[in-house]
Amino acid sequence: MSAGHSATEAHQPVFVGEVRQKLDALFPKYPTRQACLLPALWLVQEARGWISEGAIHEVAEVLSLTPAYVKGVVTFYTMYHTHPVGRHFIQVCTTSPCNICGAEDVAKAFLQHTGCGELGATSPDGRFTVIEVECLGACGFATPVLIDDDFIENVTPERVPGILQGYK
Amino acid sequence: MGYPHPTHPKEQAVLSKHFGDAGARTFDGWVKRGGYEGLKKALGMTREQVIEEVKASGLRGRGGAGFPTGMKWSFMPKDVVKPHYLVCNADESEPGTFKDREILRWTPHQLIEGCAVGAYAIGAERIYIYIRGEFTAEHKILVKAVEEAYQGGALGANVFGSGKRIDLVVHRGAGAYICGEETAMMNSIEGRRGNPRIKPPFPAVAGLWASPTTINNVETLSASSHIIREGAAWYKALCRGNPKSTGTKLFSVCGHVQRPGNYEVVMGTPMTDLVFDMCGGMRPGRTLKAVIPGGSSVPILTAKEIEGCLLDYEGVVEKGSMLGSGGMIVMDDSTDIVYQVMRLARFYAHESCAQCTQCREGTAWTTRILERILAGQGKKEDLNLLLDLADNMTGKTICVLSDSCAAPVVSAIKKFPEEFDAYISRARTSSLVTA
Repeated sequence: MSAGHSATEAHQPVFVGEVRQKLDALFPKYPTRQACLLPALWLVQEARGWISEGAIHEVAEVLSLTPAYVKGVVTFYTMYHTHPVGRHFIQVCTTSPCNICGAEDVAKAFLQHTGCGELGATSPDGRFTVIEVECLGACGFATPVLIDDDFIENVTPERVPGILQGYK
Repeated sequence: MGYPHPTHPKEQAVLSKHFGDAGARTFDGWVKRGGYEGLKKALGMTREQVIEEVKASGLRGRGGAGFPTGMKWSFMPKDVVKPHYLVCNADESEPGTFKDREILRWTPHQLIEGCAVGAYAIGAERIYIYIRGEFTAEHKILVKAVEEAYQGGALGANVFGSGKRIDLVVHRGAGAYICGEETAMMNSIEGRRGNPRIKPPFPAVAGLWASPTTINNVETLSASSHIIREGAAWYKALCRGNPKSTGTKLFSVCGHVQRPGNYEVVMGTPMTDLVFDMCGGMRPGRTLKAVIPGGSSVPILTAKEIEGCLLDYEGVVEKGSMLGSGGMIVMDDSTDIVYQVMRLARFYAHESCAQCTQCREGTAWTTRILERILAGQGKKEDLNLLLDLADNMTGKTICVLSDSCAAPVVSAIKKFPEEFDAYISRARTSSLVTA
C-alpha cells in the first residue's frame, strides 16, 4: 500500500496512464460497467492508500454511476478506507477462535509497540494504524495479523516488536 | 503431505493430498500429479452425464448448507437462452473455518479444474470466483494459476480442444462476511452493496444479472473433478455406512487443541477421533468444555455431547447441532463461555447488513445485553430477554445471519446456565468489559 495523500489535497485523477489501462482491462470481464465498481475501488486504494470524496466522484464518472451510489457501496465494505490511515495498516483478528487463544493480548502488544494509543488511531509519526478485525479465516493459525498485504500467522505478543521492525 | 501437520493415519487425503507441496501449485505440477484428467474426462461426457455422476456420488454442498450438488446443477435450464454463470464461493469468513484457504494456497488448479467441470455441467461459459479481500496471498496465487490455466488450455475459447469456451474471472471482495451468503455475493459481483436478496427467484432461475446462476463452495467444486475422474461409486464408498453423507470432508479445527489445522476424513468419522487423536486433545492439564462443530453459526455442544457424535450431516444434527462448514472451535475449561458468546454476538452485529429489522436490532441488542451481564450489571430477567430476542431473530429474515447469531447464544444459555448466573449474581466479574 502506498502512502496516503492528505485529506486537504486537491484530487488528482487516479485513472490515468497505467491505472487507466488496468481499469480498461476490467471492462471485458463483466457485462456491465457497474460490476467493475469493486475492482475499480481497489485500484484507487492501491494507488492512493484510501478513497477520498474526489476519488468517489472520479469512479462514478468513469463507470457512469452517481457519486451517492458509489459512496453507498464504499461504506458497505470494511476494507475500503474512507479517511487516510498510517503507512502500514495492521489488522489483528480477535474473533472467538483467536480470542480464546489470546488474540486480545496480541492487539494490545501492537498498540503498545506502535504508539497508536487506541484502536483505529494512527501513530503520531504516521507510520501505523492498528485495528481489531473480525475473523480473518485462519483460525488454526491463531493469531493471524494482516499488515498491509502481508498475512502473518501464529503471532504472539512476544513476536510483535520483531515483526514491526520490518515496516518502516 | 498435509499441512500444517503430516497426514494422520486416520485421515483420507483426497482434496488435501498435496497440501504443503509447493510443487502442486503450478499448472505443470498439477498435471504431473494427475491434474486436469477429471476435466478432460468430463468434456468427453454430455452435460447430463456429468450431472448424473455427481448426483450418484452423493456429494453435498461443503459450504454449510449441505444441499445435494448434482441436484443443484440439474436446476439450471437445459437450453442456454441467456448466459449461464457459475460462481465459486471463496469468501471463507465463518469463524472457525479455514479449509478453503488451504485449497486456494496449495492447490489452486484443483479448484480451477473443479470450477471448469461445474461450468461445463451447468452450461456456463463464465465463472466468477469470489475470493474474500483479506486473502491477499491466496488472491495472488489464484490469479497466477488462472493465467497458467489459460496458457495450458484448461480455460479459454477452446478448452482442451473440445470446442467449449470457459472463462474465469477472479473477483476480490472487500471485507463483508455477509457476501458469503449466495445472493449477497451476486449483488457484490454486480457492484452493489452486499445485501442478500429475497428468494424466490432462486439463482438457477434469476441470479447474476437475472441470468441462470449456480453458486458452489470451493471444497464442493474441488471434489467434483475427483468424482468425475474416479467415478461416483468410488466417492460414495468413502463413508462409514450412512448413504446420505458420502465422501471426504475437510475439517478445520481451532482453539484449544494441541495440533490445530485441517484434517480430511471420510464422512461418519467419530468427532472424538478428530479432537483427541488427530488434533492431540487438550493442552496438558486442561479438559474439554465445549465444541462449536460447524462454524460459529451453529449450536454449541458440551464435552459429553461430542461423545459418540459422528461427523456427518445427520450425525451432528442428532446431537442437536449442525455439521455446517466443518469449522470446529474447541474450548477447554479455561474458556469464559459468556465472554466468548458475547464476542460471537458482536461479530454478527458487526457483520449484519442491517436491511432486516430483526437482525439489525437483534444482533446489536444481544451484544449489549451480554456486555451488560459481563460488566456486572446483569439482571435475572436478562436471560429470558435474550431467549425472547433470539426467538424473534430466528426464521424471520431474508438470510440466516440473524439465526446464526441466535444459535450459539440460545445453546450457551441452555447448556452453561451456571456461567451466566455467576455473572448475574456478581459471583464472577470480567475485567474485559466495562459498562
